Amino acid sequence: MSSIYLDHAATTPMLDCAIDAMTIQLSKLGNPSSLHTQGRAARKDIEDAREIIAREVGCLASEIIFTGSGTEANNIALKGLFWKRRAEGRNVLLISAIEHHAIIDPAHWLSTHEKAEVIEIPVTRDGIIDCAFVEDFLSKRGDEVAVIAVMHSNNETGVLQPITQLVEIAGDIPVHCDGVQSFGKVPLSFSELGLTSLTLSAHKIGGPLGIGALVLKRGVEVPALLHGGGQEREIRSGTLNAPSIVAFATAIASHQYNSESVTHLRNHFISHVEKLLPDAILNGAKSSRLPGIVNFTFPGTQSDTLLLLMDAAKVSCSTGSACSAGVHEASHVLLAMGHTEKTAQSSLRFSLGASTTQADIDFALSVLPDVIARGRAANLS
Amino acid sequence: MKLIAAMSGGVDSAVAAARAVEAGHEVIGVHLALSANPQKYRSGARGCCTIEDSHDARRAADVIGIPFYIWDMAEEFHDGVVEDFLAEYAQGRTPNPCLRCNEKIKFAAVLDRARAMGFDGVVTGHYARTVITPEGKTLHRAIDISKDQSYVLSVLTVEQIAGAIFPLGDTTKVDIREEAAARGLAVAQKPDSHDICFVPSGDNAGWLRDRLGSETGPIVDQSGTKIGEHKGAYTYTIGQRKGLGITVPTADGSPRFVLKIEPVSNTVVVGAREELAITSMKGERPVWCGPAVSANPTRGFVQIRAHGSALACTYSFDGTYLHAQLDEALLGLATGQAMVIYDGDRVVGSATICETN
Repeated sequence: MSSIYLDHAATTPMLDCAIDAMTIQLSKLGNPSSLHTQGRAARKDIEDAREIIAREVGCLASEIIFTGSGTEANNIALKGLFWKRRAEGRNVLLISAIEHHAIIDPAHWLSTHEKAEVIEIPVTRDGIIDCAFVEDFLSKRGDEVAVIAVMHSNNETGVLQPITQLVEIAGDIPVHCDGVQSFGKVPLSFSELGLTSLTLSAHKIGGPLGIGALVLKRGVEVPALLHGGGQEREIRSGTLNAPSIVAFATAIASHQYNSESVTHLRNHFISHVEKLLPDAILNGAKSSRLPGIVNFTFPGTQSDTLLLLMDAAKVSCSTGSACSAGVHEASHVLLAMGHTEKTAQSSLRFSLGASTTQADIDFALSVLPDVIARGRAANLS
Repeated sequence: MKLIAAMSGGVDSAVAAARAVEAGHEVIGVHLALSANPQKYRSGARGCCTIEDSHDARRAADVIGIPFYIWDMAEEFHDGVVEDFLAEYAQGRTPNPCLRCNEKIKFAAVLDRARAMGFDGVVTGHYARTVITPEGKTLHRAIDISKDQSYVLSVLTVEQIAGAIFPLGDTTKVDIREEAAARGLAVAQKPDSHDICFVPSGDNAGWLRDRLGSETGPIVDQSGTKIGEHKGAYTYTIGQRKGLGITVPTADGSPRFVLKIEPVSNTVVVGAREELAITSMKGERPVWCGPAVSANPTRGFVQIRAHGSALACTYSFDGTYLHAQLDEALLGLATGQAMVIYDGDRVVGSATICETN
């Protein structure tokens, strides 16, 4: 049998409709920047796709900048907004302690190479950013802040962040939001949230790998990272990837992700894990979370052992945290939530997707107790 | 059987894993991350601890078609192997870190963890053989004597040998490289690793000086007369002739050799070649790879270096120490090295040399 896939937050199967749309587009000739017949046809397909995505995320079509990944979009936003605002004398990056590495790493790069001051917004034990900290910080040093970056929901715990409240507190300071995990899963409207920029990625919603988008508020111009043809608002250069863009739009417009049924399966999984393994700790239990992400700490285990055993038992899941030279680091997200190095290293993320079934969940539940028992034994040896 | 294959990123462990799969075992590849701050690229002939090596191991596992994981053993390796290496040198002894790694990491930490997880044993690319006998599984030399690694495996207990699988012991290295190429493994022509893996520069003396300091001290002859100065006693080895920097010549012009290192007084004692001769040795902390050695003097062979020759001897065990009486005198033997007893090609056991005469 093939493995049960419970790692949809890493990437999720491409939808059939997206594969079809992409395949058709691959057979079409034309550089969308060309003015001739073929070029115009490709351009039209891309602009149709842009309008579809704009409708889905509540922004203007002209506010969408296609990128090669969510990571690239985060880099353009963070570095771009920092450089723009530093020219106005603002040098502080205010980012949450639980951001994805695609925000943390560019922030630290800016600190090392551009002398930016990076301030981390702490989170509560439930994994939610401390808005009082932001309020207090802005009251003292608000005029030094170049940009605030907080993700819409956390990729390891699924905990949703109070973005509306944050934007309100931020006032005139631009807020960038990494919406990669939330997009297509929970309501997410760029204009309603009042954001300056928002990152999206296609492969988390059943689109292809290698295509993302930055939604950047109309009228806000930032320095480019890639220079060339200036295709995307002079902010992102490179021939537009029509097949991937079209498939991206097709995936999001198909609305195949049913939040309600995913939530139902997730709740079933959680309640049974808690019954089977009473000492398991659900991270972010008290917070509003994404339908599909479940993060448990299993005391007395080591996550890399658990991953090997789960994989051998035909269940694919993850820790959700980064690797350093192939060795799992203790999750900075769980550490920020008050875990110790040890307990942070004893956690697994199970993430459900549009294609997850009750049978998948039942199978995972059937192997989990034995895996945890072996994992504990291996940890003691 | 369900097995963990320890994959260093080299050709031997890759072929060993492939052979285990072919023999019908369920195999999972594991690369041991032994350094907390691995270097990006391999340099020289040291090879298993860089990120490049772990990529090589992963690629081999993918080609073989087995799952692959990296286990972080950096702390265990540092405490059990690197610290031990330093402590031994600081006491004027000459340890073998590969042996310590087999004893404390590969066939202890890894095997224990594998067994607890429900695996039956650990596969490695060591050149050695095991034989199932009525008395249990025994450890033997490899067919390819020039590559034989039974010496560094002589610290394994019967229990550890029971969980060890060495698929390469019946083949020569030349054939293993050919087999790797035939299997499509990109590491087929990767150079062999020698030297000490945790000394990336290859400069062992410099590495030791950085960590143990370079307190100078006297070089004396056997009468105790100072005839030179050394730069850190532990960077010398018993039997060493070159690099002593002694300007006072001997009466007859014959060369001097390091006879003794005295860490407490930080003194290096030198003397004539014949002073190095020893005919017996005593070892502590013995490990038996099969039935325990008795007090009865028994004929066999002793080997005192990883690729040294087997020396005819009579050995016995007095309940605390392993003794070997050599048929012929031997020159230059440092304490801290392992004395490994062989019965033909079977490894009887080993002990750490603590005294020579």
